[in-house]
Amino acid sequence: MFKILKKEELSEQITLFDIEARDIARKAKPGNFFILRTHEQGERIPLTIADFDRNRGIITTVFQKVGKTTHYLGTLGEGDFITDVIGPLGNPSHIKNFGRVVCVGGGVGIAPVYPIARALKEAGNKVTSIIGARTKSILFWEEKMRSVSDDLIITTDDGSCGTKAVVTVPLDEILSKDKVDLVFAIGPAIMMKFVCKTTEKYKVKTIVSLNSIMIDATGMCGGCRVEVGGQTKYTCVDGPEFNGHEVDFDLLMKRLQAYLPEESIAINHTRETVEVR
Amino acid sequence: MNTMEAKIDEKKTKLRVEMREQPPLVRARNFMEVPYGYTPDEAVEEASRCLSCKNGPCRQGCPVEVDIPGFISLIKERKFVDACYKLKEKNALPAVCGRVCPQEIQCESRCLAGKKGKSVAIGNLERFVADYEAEKGDIKIPERPKSTGRKVAVIGSGPGGLTCAVDLVKAGHQVTLFEALHKPGGVLIYGIPEFRLPKAIVEREVEYIKKLGVELVLNAVIGKLHTVDELLDGQGYDACFICIGAGLPMFLGIPGENLNGVCSANEFLTRANLMKAYLFPEYDTPIKRGKRVAVFGGGNVAMDAARVALRLGAEKVYLIYRRSEAEMPARKAEVHHAHEEGIEFLLLTNPTRFIDDGKGNVCAVECIKMELGDPSGRRKPIPIKGSEFQIEIDVAIPALGTRANPLLTKTMLDLTVNKSGYIAAEEGTGMTSKKGVFAGGDIVTGSATVILAMGAGRGVANAINDYLKWKYWEFKN
Repeated sequence: MFKILKKEELSEQITLFDIEARDIARKAKPGNFFILRTHEQGERIPLTIADFDRNRGIITTVFQKVGKTTHYLGTLGEGDFITDVIGPLGNPSHIKNFGRVVCVGGGVGIAPVYPIARALKEAGNKVTSIIGARTKSILFWEEKMRSVSDDLIITTDDGSCGTKAVVTVPLDEILSKDKVDLVFAIGPAIMMKFVCKTTEKYKVKTIVSLNSIMIDATGMCGGCRVEVGGQTKYTCVDGPEFNGHEVDFDLLMKRLQAYLPEESIAINHTRETVEVR
Repeated sequence: MNTMEAKIDEKKTKLRVEMREQPPLVRARNFMEVPYGYTPDEAVEEASRCLSCKNGPCRQGCPVEVDIPGFISLIKERKFVDACYKLKEKNALPAVCGRVCPQEIQCESRCLAGKKGKSVAIGNLERFVADYEAEKGDIKIPERPKSTGRKVAVIGSGPGGLTCAVDLVKAGHQVTLFEALHKPGGVLIYGIPEFRLPKAIVEREVEYIKKLGVELVLNAVIGKLHTVDELLDGQGYDACFICIGAGLPMFLGIPGENLNGVCSANEFLTRANLMKAYLFPEYDTPIKRGKRVAVFGGGNVAMDAARVALRLGAEKVYLIYRRSEAEMPARKAEVHHAHEEGIEFLLLTNPTRFIDDGKGNVCAVECIKMELGDPSGRRKPIPIKGSEFQIEIDVAIPALGTRANPLLTKTMLDLTVNKSGYIAAEEGTGMTSKKGVFAGGDIVTGSATVILAMGAGRGVANAINDYLKWKYWEFKN
């Protein structure tokens, strides 16, 4: 059992938890993720490690309430327990002084970008961060991102905060003006796809972190397979980070929808059982 | 003919007491266990067929050397609980082995009663006494031996790890069993379906092992959470046994394999068994309930996947195998059950590509007919040109076996692995190139059976006992 030490509503749909997980915190690195199972009947889902505190034995995660499990997770509060927390999983980000780096975070993807940007900054890179969301009310961590970036650019689709644009607009501007050595992009698959299309024009290497469907996340089920450079790879053990220019995003997006019909059955089932009670 | 021979002859011709089973078409739609198990009278009747051979040829067929004539004699005397204790002297998982061991190629193949009629149903009897003991609640916990002060880490709580942990704890060592998943049992929990091995039985056997004094740590992915070096150096373990199985599923490598609706047998079975997706939406994990399902492969896992698909409500389940039924590696009983339940076998058939419905889902598979080549050795299937045909399906499940999972071994640069990623370990002792580290089971041999992993666990436990005494290490590969 793993205790939730802190809960913070970052926006209407996005929640932060600090979870007591001493061993995982000791080993976690930027780029890692973990798996949780909320209760006996629950499913296993991967979530990002948005931060960690080795001294206090805490990992921080940020999640968006989109499916059955994340909605249920959102009903838990400080002092509640999560049955299973497994990690740290996946390969950590490759951090070194690349020179000039742009970190792009979209939506809930801002959370995992934060520790990467921080590590890149600490390694001596000049870090420009671009964070974007649909609208201001679901944007979070502007100040945290600013604190680890040399420059921070904010975009919203509706212009309610920062520039009215999608993240690729300022990215394109930067790439057309300056020499950039590396781009990190984490967010919805569609965003990462268009970030890669943008950077491809300028031949700037781009690392993306994929959010495939997983069960065990140790290489056992193969549910998270993606095509990278024409080869089948497992997001859980080969990734989650890949060279974005080689990722088949269309396949990823289709595979992310594999269980959509079941997802709505699950959500309806919860609604019905709650109403009966 | 003397009287002894006559007696043997009479016993040999006595008919085997078969276990009653759920009717095929009923069980094909539920997840309850297929056989009902023996009644005490049936067990005694079956036990009476045992010739109580002095040298017990059956024992030599058992990888963990269970005293088979010994426990069967106790059944004859209706001392069922004592029979179970006798079994547990050598086998900590009798209820599991009674259900999933390939007895027909092990103990039962050596049975003298089998020379004329059918062999004694050793597996059925094993299952009976284990279930009897559990039901009567007479589970005896042997006294803890004096502590040796030594600590051993066992990585992987599958059948090999469980067996090794029990032997070590009985020898007085402190044993920690690390499991990556949230439930212990390895393949017994995630792989073998409920109707073949009820999960309550695995839980029961694991509870017993915990009571013996084994400390179980779940959710511990060794290589990520702790490395083996950290266990040996920082955390004070004197030895370490790696029995993590061969976890990576193999795929066909044909076009369309990443379409939705195509999943490995590992994924399909993990959803159904570990996550209980057959109870969706009571349980949250979904599973694709195909109308027309194709499973590819001829092993036990393929049979399990096909039979799970049927129980999830499929109208049609095809089992597609590139060789003929004679070459199938599955247990005979599983093939028989699959036939009875209405699985359609498409033999000498190989898939060539999966076809997209235009929305990213599989809607058909193209196959080609095969013929068997040169009869020397295991006959190689060869495609017959121009024999391609298509089958409409909505779920496809490759069950082609597994490969070594590098997750742990790649964190151990001083551990010798072969080019396929399996750990190089000495046969019998499991000693590896790294002092204090032993390995066994599928991560050494490649995909095998529950009982072979248990045999490996037993051998390694003996070797660890020796090592902890003498600290002598010599790795011969």
